[in-house]
Amino acid sequence: MSTEQQILPKDAAAAEGKVNVQINGTWYRFPKGTRIADACNSVGVHVPCFCYHPKLSVAGSCRMCLVEQGMPPRLAPGTTPTYNEDGYQTIQWMPRAIVACANTVAENMGIRTTGTVCTEARRAVLEFLLTNHPLDCPICDQAGECKLQEYTADYGQLTHRFTESKIKKGKNLSIGPRVNLDQERCVLCRRCVRFMKEVVGEEVLGVVGRGARNAIACYPGKTLDSNYSMNVVDLCPVGAMTSKDFRFKMRVWFLKSTPTIDVNCGTGTNINIWTRGQQVYRITPRQNDEVNSCWMPDDHRLNYQYINAPERLLTPLIRTDEGTGQRPASWEPLLRTAAEQLRRCKSSELAIIASARLTNEELYLTRHLADLLGVKFFDIVPRMGEDDGMLISADRNPNTTGAKLILGKDGSTLPDIVRGVKIGKIRSLIVLGEDVTTDAGITAEQLHDLDYLLVMAHSETPTTQAADVVLAGVTFAEKYGTMINVTGRIQRLNRAIEPLGEARADWDILRALLQECGEIPLKAARATSPMEILDEMAGQYDALAGVSWSSIGNAGLPVVDTGVTIPLIEREKSKKS
Amino acid sequence: MSEITYKPGRAPHPRETRRIFRNIDRVGYDPSIECFMKDGGYETLKKAVAMEPAAIIDEVKKSGLRGRGGAGFPTGVKWTFIPKGNTKPVYLVCNCDESEPGTFKDRFIVHQDPHQLIEGMIIACYAVQAHYAIIYMREEFPEAAKIVKRALSEAEKHHFLGKNILGSGYDLKIILHRGAGAYICGEETGLINSIEGVRPYPRIKPPFFPAAIGLYGCPTIVNNVESLCQVRQVLMRGGEAYAADGATRSPGTRIIGVSGDVQRPGYYEIISGSITYGELLYDLCGGPKPGRTFKAIIPGGASAKVMRCDEVLKGRNPDGSVRKMTIFDVPMDLDSIAQHGSMSGSGGVIVMDDSRSMPEMLRNLNRFFAWESCGQCTPCREGNPWMLKLSTRICQGKAAPEDVDLLKSVADNICGRTVCAFGEACAWPVQAFTTKFRDEFLALTRPVNAMKPHNPETAEARKYLTRED
Amino acid sequence: MKEQPDAIAALAATNPSPGEKFYPPFQVTPELTKKAKEYIAMYPEGKELSAVLPLIHMVQEKHGYICPESVIWIADMCNSTPIHVQGIVSFYPGIRTSCPGKWHIRVCHTIACALSGGEELLAYICEKIGINPQALTNEHPIAVSSDGLWSIEAVECLAACGFGPNLMVNDALYSQMDRAKVDALIAQYSNKA
Repeated sequence: MSTEQQILPKDAAAAEGKVNVQINGTWYRFPKGTRIADACNSVGVHVPCFCYHPKLSVAGSCRMCLVEQGMPPRLAPGTTPTYNEDGYQTIQWMPRAIVACANTVAENMGIRTTGTVCTEARRAVLEFLLTNHPLDCPICDQAGECKLQEYTADYGQLTHRFTESKIKKGKNLSIGPRVNLDQERCVLCRRCVRFMKEVVGEEVLGVVGRGARNAIACYPGKTLDSNYSMNVVDLCPVGAMTSKDFRFKMRVWFLKSTPTIDVNCGTGTNINIWTRGQQVYRITPRQNDEVNSCWMPDDHRLNYQYINAPERLLTPLIRTDEGTGQRPASWEPLLRTAAEQLRRCKSSELAIIASARLTNEELYLTRHLADLLGVKFFDIVPRMGEDDGMLISADRNPNTTGAKLILGKDGSTLPDIVRGVKIGKIRSLIVLGEDVTTDAGITAEQLHDLDYLLVMAHSETPTTQAADVVLAGVTFAEKYGTMINVTGRIQRLNRAIEPLGEARADWDILRALLQECGEIPLKAARATSPMEILDEMAGQYDALAGVSWSSIGNAGLPVVDTGVTIPLIEREKSKKS
Repeated sequence: MSEITYKPGRAPHPRETRRIFRNIDRVGYDPSIECFMKDGGYETLKKAVAMEPAAIIDEVKKSGLRGRGGAGFPTGVKWTFIPKGNTKPVYLVCNCDESEPGTFKDRFIVHQDPHQLIEGMIIACYAVQAHYAIIYMREEFPEAAKIVKRALSEAEKHHFLGKNILGSGYDLKIILHRGAGAYICGEETGLINSIEGVRPYPRIKPPFFPAAIGLYGCPTIVNNVESLCQVRQVLMRGGEAYAADGATRSPGTRIIGVSGDVQRPGYYEIISGSITYGELLYDLCGGPKPGRTFKAIIPGGASAKVMRCDEVLKGRNPDGSVRKMTIFDVPMDLDSIAQHGSMSGSGGVIVMDDSRSMPEMLRNLNRFFAWESCGQCTPCREGNPWMLKLSTRICQGKAAPEDVDLLKSVADNICGRTVCAFGEACAWPVQAFTTKFRDEFLALTRPVNAMKPHNPETAEARKYLTRED
Repeated sequence: MKEQPDAIAALAATNPSPGEKFYPPFQVTPELTKKAKEYIAMYPEGKELSAVLPLIHMVQEKHGYICPESVIWIADMCNSTPIHVQGIVSFYPGIRTSCPGKWHIRVCHTIACALSGGEELLAYICEKIGINPQALTNEHPIAVSSDGLWSIEAVECLAACGFGPNLMVNDALYSQMDRAKVDALIAQYSNKA
């Protein structure tokens, strides 16, 4: 080593508040207090875990995450440490493995996940887990996304050494309206128990019995009926907790998952939509520590049936003569007719009721449609409820923040429009993505009395039934776009399935309608994708300056300061600090 | 002082030194405070509360006193693990969950001389400045619970407990908390969880000592009953004087409980290291039963590794040379037996003579550990019933020779991979029995058993797999 | 045939026992609540949960066992949930979920007592009080005689290993037992009020 004073890695790391850790022979730097499991996973060294979950307290009980660990030798009093060429101390490896979930990193620590100490330990633990497991993968819903299966591929043994009787426990137990329990498949990681106690704050699940007869249970009469109950299904690393909704519907390996966001409220919970072909099978939460952590409410999760429901409008419809019914039409002539009809409407008697369920791009096009038609009466339908103190926002529209930003509308003038319709001042109406008979307070009769009604919707409603022209739009699962949630975070919607039937994505319909309505010097009107529209918007709104589809990413981007917070996320952050 | 007389058959052997057990089974001695005070009780406390708490800790450190619950951790050192500058309340818990099979010393203290414990406990609480302490008593001592409760209120009446103890300005409340029959509550963090009113799963390490984070998240000292009584002895005698008695590394007296196949089983209080296992079993306990010879010894409670009596051990002479010896030559202190692969634990010596079947003994232990496993972590929860099923099959003659190796392998797989020391406790007996008495195990097996179904389900399935032509 | 309760329903199922006639049925009374509050007050403020075990002991001493109604009551008193209390009740072998006999005999069969004949003694007592030893299983550790006078339980270590075989009748320990002593003991308790 050179004579001049070199900075040792430990001092360099300490200056950043970090420590040096050697993982499988490579040195890394991690902040002090990082759990070994998190450290390993962050550098691509996989640590198998059943019980550990970063959002829950550490149980350390599954023993699957055992790793080989070493530290520099303990110094005899009065001696100074010696450093090798590379500036690190020699690591003295411990003969017994430690759990990676409960231990944190330390300076000059060594971790090995590949040696015999570690693999033997994991093989042993896995063998134990399988001894009393029913091995019923062929009829288990978890198959394909089961940690026990995955780790068996990694650490399983080819022979089965356990030949005794297995312990019998409860099977197919209905522990709640949406969740079933199989106690025999359970590995007793207690993630579900901890989740219900620590995150939901309802201690409805617990462990009963002891030793090998331990089992998860709820007390008779107290069921797992929380609106967050289905998160235990996601949390369960094995097939012990299964979703009643998804049970036996489809093998998970046939499903494609698409990362997108939930549109049931202003939180914009990050989700994955699981589809096969054009059918949606389930929705699961996707981790986003700024939006929904790892969770989502059950009613939002299960609100996907309408996507493939018979009420879906699969073609655009048109009413040619007063008194006749609606009939399907082809898009081009229909849009041409619609544009013509719109142009004939007196702009002072025309109103647009748009929706805060539309994406930013669609709202942007709507704004230009309104400008083009010279519409004065123009607003969205507000949808306020009560927040649940967890993830469900009081605002049940997913994009109110976007509507405020892009349209400058928040629903406050909707009553004027409704009154206008009632007293006949407004004779023509454009409804985009809403059923005004339910949430806006316009009756079907009033709609029928209008001179002209144009509706864009994905499903048949009393509003579409009264319409002269129905533009068949799509659900959130069938389109791309962006929305801004209550906290001001812009997030991406991704297309999980193709638009059903002849239906077209809403932005696509609006763009085509704009083109039909007149020549406008707007790139967006000729855009071939919502991403292009977003690019144009980025140049028009200060809040969106520099925002692009790729910069939003799957995690979203804060763009507006609304001052609104999500209670569950705040709790999680305060717990951390 | 007048001569002490003991109940018939309970008088100490001349080689015993009765300190903690001085008043056990003594004629005319009852658990009342009057009796205790007549015998010099609470004098040491008066001395202690006049001292600085730190000075008491120093004294206990100087004494070299090591915990008597089984692990043998230096008591004084444990006390210093309370974080410096701690502002939270400090708790002291007396572990009276005596449940290691073979150990039965605390039972006599709490039944017959509870004030000895309470005095030791007050001194310890004062030293660590705990104002709230709990005696965690196992459920199987219902009488002792009543006795200790009465003793606590007596002590309070005499101002040894409560506010401003003996005018020192120091307050202390001691309560009694009863367990409910779980071995795992003897593990200090399991015990703490039991007091907190949650399932008594041992806590994950780190933190390694509840002195950092224990009961209700506060620094907590957990000491065994005998350890706390020894604290009183340390203060009574002075740390240095205490350290002068017995083995250098584990001074003081030790209470040994002998059970099994000896002429006179029972308890014996000896100066640590002053006698060997041979002297204990042949002199104090009177040797094997008529016509029998000693076969095996479990030297420190059920979880200690069994020792064969004919096992040749390597001992070291003072000059460093090696000599051959047997377990009978090993001195009874905390460390000597550990050098030969077992442990002296909490002092429960279980003796088996040549009439015993070792697989049957192991099956009994396996049943104990399978029954007592808390089931928190995988290896212990799943491994123990497996070992029990294997050893039962061996005893029933339904096992194949390879099942003996499998049994050992299962134990190896548990050992060192569990949350608490129960993993070792259940694995060590299996490892030792199957290795040291392998022939006996193999003799019960038949190779053909490997082909036979071991459970009804497999037997049923076999019907469909066998071709009948 | 009666349908078996599933694993969840079984947690609150009633297990009738002939021993019930010797114990008053569980009932919440002002005295019981008062006593419970005294136990809770023993622990630091806000730590009501610590009183779960003392309350369980209190109920069990008086009523013989922990019935589903008492689980709910204890949970209520300790600011906890029934499943939490059930988790504790079902963990400890010292907590019974069905009523024992008037005289509950616990025989130790762990190694030291086994060495001195504990297992044989267990069989002998079973025969003596008319209980089939096969009725003792992990799931049902207690068996009650048909007259409800006796119940038996094989237990692990009672911590009196040097003086085995040991057994307990209710709260009292009897050491160094043999058949003759058992005969005398059973005769003694049969006539005891």
